[in-house]
Amino acid sequence: MSAVTENFAHPSSWRRVLSPTGNTGDAVFRVLMFLVALFMVAIVVAMVWALAADSMPSIRQFGFGFLKSQHWDPIHGEFGALPFIYGTVASSLIALLISVPFSLGIAIFLVEQAPHYIARPIGFLVELLAAIPSVVYGLWGIFVLAPFLRQYVEPALAKWFGWLPLFRGSITGIGLLTGGIILAIMVTPIISAVVRDVLAAVPGSQREAALALGATKWEMIRVVLVNGAPGIAGAVILGLGRALGETMAVTMVIGNRPEISLSLFEPSYTIASAIANEFTEATGDLYLSALVELGLILFLVTFVVNGIARILVWNVTRKTGGVGRAA
Amino acid sequence: MTSLTALCTLLAVTALLIILSYIAWQGIGSLSFQFLIDSPKPVGEGGGIGNAILGSLVLLLISSVFGLPLGICVGVYLSEVGTGRLAGAVRFIVDTLTGIPSIVTGVFVYAIIVLPMKHFSALAGGVALALIMIPIVARTTEEMLKLVPHSLREGALALGAPQWRVTMGVIIPAAAPGIATGAMLAIARISGETAPLLFTAFGSRFFPSSLNQPIASLTVQIYNYAISPYDEWHAQAWAATLVLMTLVLGINIIVRFLTRKRF
Amino acid sequence: MSASKKSFQLVAWLSVLVVLLAFVACGSGTVSLQGAGASFPSPLYQKWLSEYGKLHPNVKIDYQSIGSGGGIKQLKEQTVDFGASDAPMKDEDLKSAPGEVLHIPTVLGAVVITYNLQGISQPLRFSPETLADIFLGKIKKWNDPKIAADNPGVTLPTRDITVVHRSDSSGTSAVFTDYLSKVSAEWKEKVGAGTSPNWPTGIGGKGNEGVTGQVKNTPNTIGYIELAYAVQNKLPVAQVKNANGNFVTPSIDAVTAAASASAANTPEDLRVSITNAAGAGVYPISSYTYILVYKNQKDAAKGKALVDFLWWGIHDGESHAKELQYAPLPADIVKRAEGKISSVTAGGTPLR
Repeated sequence: MSAVTENFAHPSSWRRVLSPTGNTGDAVFRVLMFLVALFMVAIVVAMVWALAADSMPSIRQFGFGFLKSQHWDPIHGEFGALPFIYGTVASSLIALLISVPFSLGIAIFLVEQAPHYIARPIGFLVELLAAIPSVVYGLWGIFVLAPFLRQYVEPALAKWFGWLPLFRGSITGIGLLTGGIILAIMVTPIISAVVRDVLAAVPGSQREAALALGATKWEMIRVVLVNGAPGIAGAVILGLGRALGETMAVTMVIGNRPEISLSLFEPSYTIASAIANEFTEATGDLYLSALVELGLILFLVTFVVNGIARILVWNVTRKTGGVGRAA
Repeated sequence: MTSLTALCTLLAVTALLIILSYIAWQGIGSLSFQFLIDSPKPVGEGGGIGNAILGSLVLLLISSVFGLPLGICVGVYLSEVGTGRLAGAVRFIVDTLTGIPSIVTGVFVYAIIVLPMKHFSALAGGVALALIMIPIVARTTEEMLKLVPHSLREGALALGAPQWRVTMGVIIPAAAPGIATGAMLAIARISGETAPLLFTAFGSRFFPSSLNQPIASLTVQIYNYAISPYDEWHAQAWAATLVLMTLVLGINIIVRFLTRKRF
Repeated sequence: MSASKKSFQLVAWLSVLVVLLAFVACGSGTVSLQGAGASFPSPLYQKWLSEYGKLHPNVKIDYQSIGSGGGIKQLKEQTVDFGASDAPMKDEDLKSAPGEVLHIPTVLGAVVITYNLQGISQPLRFSPETLADIFLGKIKKWNDPKIAADNPGVTLPTRDITVVHRSDSSGTSAVFTDYLSKVSAEWKEKVGAGTSPNWPTGIGGKGNEGVTGQVKNTPNTIGYIELAYAVQNKLPVAQVKNANGNFVTPSIDAVTAAASASAANTPEDLRVSITNAAGAGVYPISSYTYILVYKNQKDAAKGKALVDFLWWGIHDGESHAKELQYAPLPADIVKRAEGKISSVTAGGTPLR
């Protein structure tokens, strides 16, 4: 113990900077962790750099018009990103709108309500959804989901909600709605698994305190949810990341038409699908750099969406005062 | 309300069962022991996915060797070491990494590893998969570490342990099941990835003999078979999917068992 | 902590195994070749590689289908030993390659028109102008007078036509749009020919498989796919009117006829488009597929193995073509391909 107290009493100045406790092991540890984090940041920066460098020809040619143009014609050398941005954001939004409530429901059921012997195997099964390769999702989508939507769901939606521009248009089963639903299925295991762990880690004392104050079971669950809000936000961001970047499955069922339409039944096109579809065959520098610029835009879209999510979470935790986690 | 959450779970499980039964119905006919150890043959001659299974395992191993430690370290940094705005920036950047289409990651690794080496390799494939893995592992590790009660930290520190011992010896083991979840999600994710492997590990008809050569993988094989015109290959693709999912389930069970809470 | 210690040990041993694997070399004396490119001939090339491998077990050749453009790109980057492409390389590509590239034609294929219509039992017939107008979106209904004129006596439904095209860049699209550009001035001006045309109408499916799946599962659709996909999936195939005015059913012989009919016009480097060729029994939407190699090989052993394989391919390999629905090369083209293969050298000496 004396060595420790001596270190505390007289740490050398560089040690004090690197580690508040003045311990060498700590200093090494902190520096190591910092270097690893820096390495990751360096990789991301390198990626953005490579993307930006390769999209220079396209940026020089089109400038900001690239973001506003809806015209995508490789043969004539005209490229515009707006339909892809719309498709990416819309499909991911639909996926989250469907998936988040479901994932929360699943997580709450498995953590708070199901008996232990049911929760574990069912938890496994839901996680298994994450192991299905995306190309298999795509094939299942073409052969099972799309016909199902075409024959039963989309006509029903058109009948009941056809007055909304969302549900008009030709019904082929292939389009934005199908893409969004497949994404929702792919994203649910991620969100629900992480939320499950977050909810499970909320200390039992929080639950007991709420119940002791006279809360009903559902009010108690609300307390638990608020307690785990930042973790839940993290889970949603992970799911969103998957949705934004998903390629194979979406490509097969979304119709791949670079056109913006308000109807969910119409085909659409996401950035990831465009890159996957056209990258290997792209000949000519302008075509290639236009595709790379799409990738860069996806990066930026992820940035913006993450930023918005962060602000939302900050708002929630600010209002509730950031619940502590003392045992 | 209980019925509502139970319904959500039921729907998710039903979706899984529908998809699984479709895969099984399409592929169970092609499953056989021979199928599991043969290498691919031209259409009409049978063949199997033995080299692809081995290839996928090798790629999984390489990417885990790179991706898990790096991801956990980043998570530790974000939760235990980093402070203030720098950590916030790092977290933000790591989050952005999750949204990159895997094909972009594949092209990046192609540019920095395959082109200089002038050939495709299993190593490049492993690195590409690791890059996809790291943000998932980092984020879940950070969240799980943060959820460990402060009392545990304070108790360990009060006993005189330096921070690094507290982190490695107390907090990480306490959060181990959660970190394992993150690792499992990442492994499940990358075992289903095809696009990055097309540019890096490439694919092969033969059993792997070196990390410096192209290597087969289950996902690329499934992809190639699924987009072919032949029913026989389609059936093999579905059977290979069953094998892939069994593999991931197996890894899942093993890791869960090793990191189960013992208190 | 024993469980986590055990798991740590497990990981450590596995890592050692991985490192060991890294140093296991291939057996000495084996030559490894990598090829990449078009997905259309991939099933045939896999058959060729397997058969050739039985005859020469010390030559290990791998081929991955990543698309024609991918094949060209990887060949230029020299990450593969040979490339494969449906459409021949353009002049700019040839100029920017680090060495002279030879086009060796291997087999031929057909792009067929398939559709999904209830109540139609015999194959539909299309003239080129009708096809162009359908894919331009000008003909919207199945019972349009132009379609009816091509199919006298057939009752066509009054439904809307849903066009299905390729969403990904593809050699199949390149061949089809090349044909449409030849038969329709409006198509040539509005859309043009290429691997990723800006389709005026329709939904996109990924790959031949995607288009096949969509046509199969969606009524009142029309699409274009490779012959093998139509045959394997038992989809109806339309007869197309060729340059001589005959309605021809796509068949292997009709495709080989297209190549023979164009042989006279085929330039020395064998880069040619044979769509809409003149000839009585010619199927007008046919095309070659090529293997691309550098004329000057860096590695003599690899070069020799490659040249021997290609020689075997255009002779013995052709016998496997028909059973997989590929059309073999006509005899005069085989002769010319032989000449090309014989001109491959390594360090100045021809390898054959």
